[in-house]
Amino acid sequence: MSGAVKTTCREALRAAIREAMQRDSRVFLMGEDVGEYGGCFAVSKGLLDEFGPERIRDTPLSESVFVGAGIGAAMNGLRPIVEVMTVNFSLLALDQILNNAATILHMSGGQFNVPLVIRMATGGGRQLAAQHSHSLEGWYAHIPGIKVLTPGTIEDFRGMLWTALEDPDPVLIFENALLYNLEGELAEDAGPVDISKARVLRSGTSLSLFSYGGSIPKTLEAAVQLESRGIDPEVVDLRTLRPLDTATIIDSVRRTHRAVIVDEGWRSGSISAEIMARIMEESFYELDAPVARVCTAEVPLPYAKQMEDAALPRVETIIEAAMNVVGGNG
Amino acid sequence: MTRRLEEPDYRRRLLHEMVRIRRFEEKCAELYSATKIRGFLHLYIGEEAGAVGIMQALQPEDAVVATYREHGHALARGISARALMAEMFGKVEGCCRGRGGSMHIFDAATRFYGGNAIVGGGLPLAAGLALADKMEGRDRVTACFFGEGAIAEGEFHESMNLAALWQLPVLFCCENNLYAMGTALRRSESETNLAVKAAAYDVPSWAVDGMDVAAVVEAAERAATAVRAGGGPYFLECRTYRFRAHSMYDPELYRAKQEVEEWKKRDPIATWMATLEAAGEIDAATLQRMDADVAAEIDDAIAFAEAGTLEPVADLERFVFSERGSE
Repeated sequence: MSGAVKTTCREALRAAIREAMQRDSRVFLMGEDVGEYGGCFAVSKGLLDEFGPERIRDTPLSESVFVGAGIGAAMNGLRPIVEVMTVNFSLLALDQILNNAATILHMSGGQFNVPLVIRMATGGGRQLAAQHSHSLEGWYAHIPGIKVLTPGTIEDFRGMLWTALEDPDPVLIFENALLYNLEGELAEDAGPVDISKARVLRSGTSLSLFSYGGSIPKTLEAAVQLESRGIDPEVVDLRTLRPLDTATIIDSVRRTHRAVIVDEGWRSGSISAEIMARIMEESFYELDAPVARVCTAEVPLPYAKQMEDAALPRVETIIEAAMNVVGGNG
Repeated sequence: MTRRLEEPDYRRRLLHEMVRIRRFEEKCAELYSATKIRGFLHLYIGEEAGAVGIMQALQPEDAVVATYREHGHALARGISARALMAEMFGKVEGCCRGRGGSMHIFDAATRFYGGNAIVGGGLPLAAGLALADKMEGRDRVTACFFGEGAIAEGEFHESMNLAALWQLPVLFCCENNLYAMGTALRRSESETNLAVKAAAYDVPSWAVDGMDVAAVVEAAERAATAVRAGGGPYFLECRTYRFRAHSMYDPELYRAKQEVEEWKKRDPIATWMATLEAAGEIDAATLQRMDADVAAEIDDAIAFAEAGTLEPVADLERFVFSERGSE
C-alpha cells in the first residue's frame, strides 16, 4: 500500500474522533472517564488537552442520564458522541436507547430526529467474566430506529465514526475491545467509509464465511488455514448489523452455495439466526449444504481462561465448521 | 406579586386557559366512551393550574418535556386543540400524524418534546436539551414536567445530579398528585418531602400550592428567572391532585371517595373563579362568553378530527429512519 502508515485500531479511532471534533464544532465526546483518565481503553487519551473539558466531557457513572442527555443534545442541534464503557453497562441506559433514541422520530411523526452516536466496547476474550464480556450487538440489531455498526478492520475504526455522525438518526458503534490493539496499515488519506454495505474481504469459491467485529481477524486466519487445505473460502465482513446488507450476503451465497456464520453473540435469537433465515428465505435453492454457524456457547462468560476460550468462537472452531459444510470432515 | 398578576385581563386569561383544558379533557372522556379515542387516556382534570401557571414563565424559544398526562401542557404551550384532538383520533392531521396518540404529543413549532410515557424517562432528555443550550450559549430554559412517581426512578437522581453538576438550565416541575397510578406517595417514599430530595443534589427547590394558579405563576417566574440568570437547575414542586382516575381503566380502589371530594373543594378553576368574582373582574356574562368560546374551540377541534384522514397503511414503515432529501 503506498502512502500507508502503520497504526492500531485505537489510534485510528482516536484520529477519527479528533478529525470529527476539528471538522464540526457541534461534535463533542461524553462518557465515563473519557477525559482526565483518557478513556477506559485509552481511546480518547490526549483529547482533553486538545479540546478542553467542554467538548471532552467526563460524566458521573450514570449511564441513563448521560445517554439520555446525548439524545436531548442531539435533538437540540449538537452532534454528541456518547461513549459507554462496555455493552454490559449500556443496559443501564437501554430505556433511553430503545424507548427514546430509537423511537422519538416515529412517535413524533417524523418531527424530531436524533443524530446521536453511541460508542461502546463489546466482546470477550480478556478474562473479564460475566459482567464485562458479552456481545449484545446482535441483540441491539433487533431494534428498529437505530443503526448498528461493528467495525472489524482498521479502515472501519478510522472511517465509520464520521459517517455515523453525518447520519440523521441514532447510530451505535460496537467496538470489540480485543481489536483496539490490532495493528495494521492504513492509507495516509484514510477517511469516512460507507456504512450501508457489507464488504468482501477475501473472494473465494468454496464457501462464504460471514463474520463481523472481533471475529474478523479470527475468520481471516481461519481462511488462510483453510486455503492450505485446498479450500477457497470467501470472507464477508457484515460491518453493519442493522440495516443488514442482505443483497451482499445473498450474492455471496449464490456464488459459493455454502455458508458459515461467525457470531460472537449467543446462538439463540442471534444475528446469525437472522442471517440464516434470510439466506433460507432468499436463496434456499442455491444451497448445497445446510448453513452452519459458530457462536458463543450459551453461558454467561466465565473467568477461567480455558473455559472462556471454549465458550468463544475460535479459529479452530471456524475451520471445523467450514470443513463440515464443504464435506471435508468425512 | 408579579405585575402581570395584577391585571384583570391577564387574570381572566389564566382562567380561560384552565377552563379550556378542563372542557377539552371532559370531552376527551366522552369521546373515549364513544370509542373515538382509544389506547390509554390519562386526564389532567384537577391539575390544570400547574401547566397553565408554569407555561406563563416560558418564552417561545424555551423547550418543554412532559409526560403521558400532557394534554394540558400541550394546550397551555400553544399546540392547537385541532392538532391535539386529531392526534387522539389517530388522524394524519394530528400533531404526530396519529403515530403517537394521547401519550406521545410532540410539536416542533412549540419545542414540545413529548409526551414521554416511561416514568422518569423525560428527565435525561431535558438535561440534554439544556446542555446543548448551555454549550451553544443560548439563553433558553427547558421545563421538564414529571409526577412524584418519577422520584422513585433512578433517572430523577441521575438527572438532578448531572443538571446541578453541570449547572444546566432546566426547570424541573414535579407535579405531586400524591399517587403514582395507585401507589400513594407515603407507600413508596421513605422521605415524602420532595423538595428535600432535590436539595440534596444542591438544586434550589420550592414547593407551591399547585391548586392556586397565581401561586404557581409567581413561583414559576421566580424559578425561571433564576434558571435564566445562569443559576443552574431549579426544582419546583406543585402540590396538586388528580380528580379523575389514573386512566380510563382505573377503578380507583386505592383512595377514598371522601379524599377526592375534599380535594375537589380546592378545585383550581372554581377557586380562581371565586377570586376573580370577589374582585369584580368577572360576571355571569363574562363567564358565559368564556364558556361559549371554549365550547366553540373544542367543537371545532372535534369536527376537524372527525373530518381528518387516516394515514395510508402503505406508509407504515416511514419515520423509522429520517427521510433524507426531505430535510
